[in-house]
This record gives sequence, structure tokens and C-alpha cells, in this order.
Amino acid sequence: MRYAAKRAITLLITMVAVSFLAFAAFDIISGDPATAMLGTEATPERVEALRAELGLDRPLLVRYGQWLAGFFTGDLGTSYSYGQPVWDLIAPKVGVTLVLSLMSFVLIAAVSVPLGIWAARWGGGPLSGARTVLGQLCMAVPPFFLGILLTYLFSLVLRWFVHGSFPGFGTDPVGTLRYLFFAALTLAIPRIAMTVRMLGSTIRSELGREYVRTAISRGNDRSGVLRHHVLKNALVPVVTFLAQTMAEIVAGSIVVEQVFAIPGLGRMLVASIADRDYPVVQAIVVILAFWVVLSGTLADLINTRIDPRLRLGGGA
Amino acid sequence: MRHWNGYLRAGTILLAILTAAIVVGCFWTPYDPTAMSVGPAFDPPSLQHLLGTDRFGRDIFSRVLKGAGTTFAIAGATVAVGAVCGTAIGALTGYFGGVVDGVLMRLGDVLTAFPSILLALVIISILGPGNKYNVVIALGLVFIPSFARVTRTAFASLRDVNYVKSAQLMGASSLRILCVHILPNTLQVLLPAVTIGFNNAVLAEASMSFLGIGVTPPDASLGYMLSEAQSMLSAAPWYALGTGAAIVLLVFSVGLVGEGLQRRGGEVA
Repeated sequence: MRYAAKRAITLLITMVAVSFLAFAAFDIISGDPATAMLGTEATPERVEALRAELGLDRPLLVRYGQWLAGFFTGDLGTSYSYGQPVWDLIAPKVGVTLVLSLMSFVLIAAVSVPLGIWAARWGGGPLSGARTVLGQLCMAVPPFFLGILLTYLFSLVLRWFVHGSFPGFGTDPVGTLRYLFFAALTLAIPRIAMTVRMLGSTIRSELGREYVRTAISRGNDRSGVLRHHVLKNALVPVVTFLAQTMAEIVAGSIVVEQVFAIPGLGRMLVASIADRDYPVVQAIVVILAFWVVLSGTLADLINTRIDPRLRLGGGA
Repeated sequence: MRHWNGYLRAGTILLAILTAAIVVGCFWTPYDPTAMSVGPAFDPPSLQHLLGTDRFGRDIFSRVLKGAGTTFAIAGATVAVGAVCGTAIGALTGYFGGVVDGVLMRLGDVLTAFPSILLALVIISILGPGNKYNVVIALGLVFIPSFARVTRTAFASLRDVNYVKSAQLMGASSLRILCVHILPNTLQVLLPAVTIGFNNAVLAEASMSFLGIGVTPPDASLGYMLSEAQSMLSAAPWYALGTGAAIVLLVFSVGLVGEGLQRRGGEVA
């Protein structure tokens, strides 16, 4: 429990640091939005009035405090380009990206763990070189290209979904899930290749340990040893890796949403960067960053559940 | 240093062919990559147009050659920025240690926890999107922590070996020890890191250009071309396939070299 509390405090500090950095970075370097909105020919009085209206005349720390308070009450400021509250713009997109990420995460975990165990059992041999090459090839395919290939296959050849016609959860929940599935698959495939490779090699190295030999010499059968002894040890690095995968999925969703024309956070982020709509960029970056930090902490906590040694700070 | 293995050999050969094609592409392409109507629109691959033509009748093979050159140059510049700055930081913190070391490494831990594309997007949105130099700066900055971490470990582990101690006793300056004595011995870990970094840079640049906030016309990079190709996917699937295959081949060959270097490092150590 003390470990969990310590992690929670670290998490809190990281979140404050990250959100402050994001806030300050956009605030200092983005220049004066008041002049940007009014144009260079605006009178100084008008600029001054708008600055006061936007709250730009107060010191940085005060504005950060207000912004953070607003972040948790749903008041994220006003978008420069749409003139609407940022939260109203973002809220419908959060759910889409969340579902997409979770879907591909479940896909990765559900496919790669059994496949990794299978790979470890049949590991070594003449096929291991071929698998290394295949793994390199899988990792070499960029997510947007994979997305285009899958679009071509499933949308243009097989006609399983219509590219560019995202239904939305409100109108057609099942159709939306089906549409998202192909994007989730795009995100999952390279990660599955990596996880399988990693799980295979950890299981193989664990199988060579002395406790396995002891267990087998005491009359246990191989699959029992694998299930009860080896997996527990081999899963620790995999859980860490899957948590990183969560972060990678979030990042990958930015690109994949663009490929599949899914109106999620990532697409909004890219559009806002191109428009220099900083309040929106700020909000989305902080949301995605919190997401990443949170999943990292969660993985740590799960890891210490599996392997209590980690709680003492020493590695396995 | 003459331990070749299958991965290294295959990767080097493939990479050499690609590099040669890219270098040739800088000076000569079968057709002008930007000229329209050098052939009929949506012409499938043929001997005249190896990868076919697009909606405007532009020769896709010429465009891919040119675009690969841009992507290659940007990835190279990015890795150079990241590797030089990262190695300098890693060398100093690894060799001297102290408070600065602790703080910088903590910061690096936090930064590497974030997906590089997210960080790069933040930096590019601050610097201004759609400019190739900003892409290099943004990605270079993003890659510094990973290089710093790799080199720091190597420098810290070599700090107390005997040849470094004797160099210190002989009165060699710290700079000389770092550059002449330790640096050559860290190449074994540095080179695989460079290949991985190069691949990440290729993919990151292509992603950003695909999103329309990286390299923008008139400079064509493979990422931007793929976004163009996606809009004509049903009429000219060869455009997307040719462009994507170029990225995959580039990353694959560098990945093989990296794998080979890593395995060689394992054999030597």
C-alpha cells in the first residue's frame, strides 16, 4: 500500500510538471493571440481589451492555476478558430479515441500472449532466422501505410466497410465499432509482432533457469511448469511492454485516425496544429499526456502485484 | 571489427543499392518528377513508367526517387542532430556524474516515456508546421534523450577501466580521454542506436508529412506522397504501393544492418 501511495504521488508530480510544461511552452512561444486574432492593423486599445478578455494580462503562474482548475471542471478556454468552448469541441472525440485505443489494446493482448507462448514452444530451429526477418519487416511497415493497405483490402476489394463514412456512436453504434475495428487492427499488427517476439525470447530464457529443471525433475509436466511457474516470471517485462504499447497506441492513433478519416482526438490535434489553434492543441496534448502517464503507473502497479521484489526498488 | 553475419551482409547490400538509387535520383530521374502529363493519367505500371502514373500523368517512379532523397536527407540530418547532442550529453553526464547527471537522466526518463511523435508534434506546433528545417529540429530534439541514455551507460561503465585510469595518471585532459580513449570503445553500442534512430526518424518524418504538418510541397517526401496516393487509392493503387514499398525497403534494410551490428556486438563482447 505504501508503494501504491508513493507511485500516486510521483504520478501527481509528473502530471503537474507535464501540464505546466505544455501550458508554458504554448503560452510563451506562441506569441500574442490577441494580435494574431485582430491582425496587425488593430488599434492598441482593442488589442488591450481583447487581452483582458482572454485573460492574457495576468502573470503566467496565475493563468496556469486557472487553466488547471478549468481543466478539471471542463472549462478549457475558447478555441481561436471555432470560437466555441474547447471542451465542447473535444468531448465527443475523447470517446472515439478511447474506444479505438482500448479495442486495439485488447486485440494486442488477446492475440500476442497465446501466440508468444506458442512461439516459445516451437522456438529455435531453422525458422528463428526467418522469424527475425519477418519481425523486422513487420516493424518496417509504417502504420499509415499499413492502414492504406488494409483500407484497400477491406474497403475497396472486399467492401466490408466504406472508407470515409464514419457513422458515429449516436447513429449506429455497431457500425461504428466495425469501422473502428479496422483502424484498431492497423494499430495492433506491428505491436503484436513485437510482443510475440519479446514474450517468446523471455519465456525461452526462463525455461533454461534452474527452477524449471527442478520442477520438471520433480515430475511436473512441461505445460504445467510453463503455466504455473514460467509465465508468472515471463509476464513481468511483457506487462511493462504492453503499458508502453498503450502509449504507442495513443501516438499511433493520431496517424491512423487520419488514414481512416475517424473524427477522434488525433485528427483534431493535427487540424489544430495546422490552424495554430493553441487552446485546443494544449488541451489535447495534456489529455494524451495524462493518458500515457496514467497507463505507465498502472503497469507499474500491476507489475509489483506479479513480482513483489520490484517494490523494494531492486530489479528482477 | 571484421565479423560479418548474414543480417549485416544482406542489409548492407540492400542499403547500398537503395543509397545508389537515391543518389542517382538527386541528379537524374527518368522523367521530371513534377512535370504533368508525361504520360496518360492513371497509367498502370509499364516499361515506360515503372510505377505507373498518377492523376496528373506524373511519373511515379521519378517522384518516389526524389521523395526518397528528401526523406533520406531529413532522417540523416535528424539523426546527426540527435546523435551528436545526445552523445555529448551522455558522455559528460556518464563520465562526470553528479547532480546534473541525476537531474538530466530523470528528465530523459520522463521524456522517453512519451511517444516521440507526440513530442515532435508539440515542438513542431510551437516552431510552426510545414517547414523542413523545423521538422529536423523537432525530431532531432526528440531523439536526444535516447542517444544520451545509451552513451551515458557506455561512458559510465568505461570510466573506471584501467586504460582510462592510466590516461588520467599520465595527465591527459578530460576532453582527450572522452574523445580519444572512451568514444571509440562506445561505437559498439552507438552504431546500433544510430540505425534504430535513423529508422525512427524515417517513420516519424513520413508520419508528420503524411499528416500534412511536416514537409510540404514543393519539397516532396514519401510521407506527403502517400497522403496524396491515398486520395487516388481506387484509381491508382500502384501509387500508394510504390511509395509505401520504398519506405518499407529503406527501413527494412537499415533495420537489418542494425540487427547485424547488434549481433556482432554480442559476439565480440
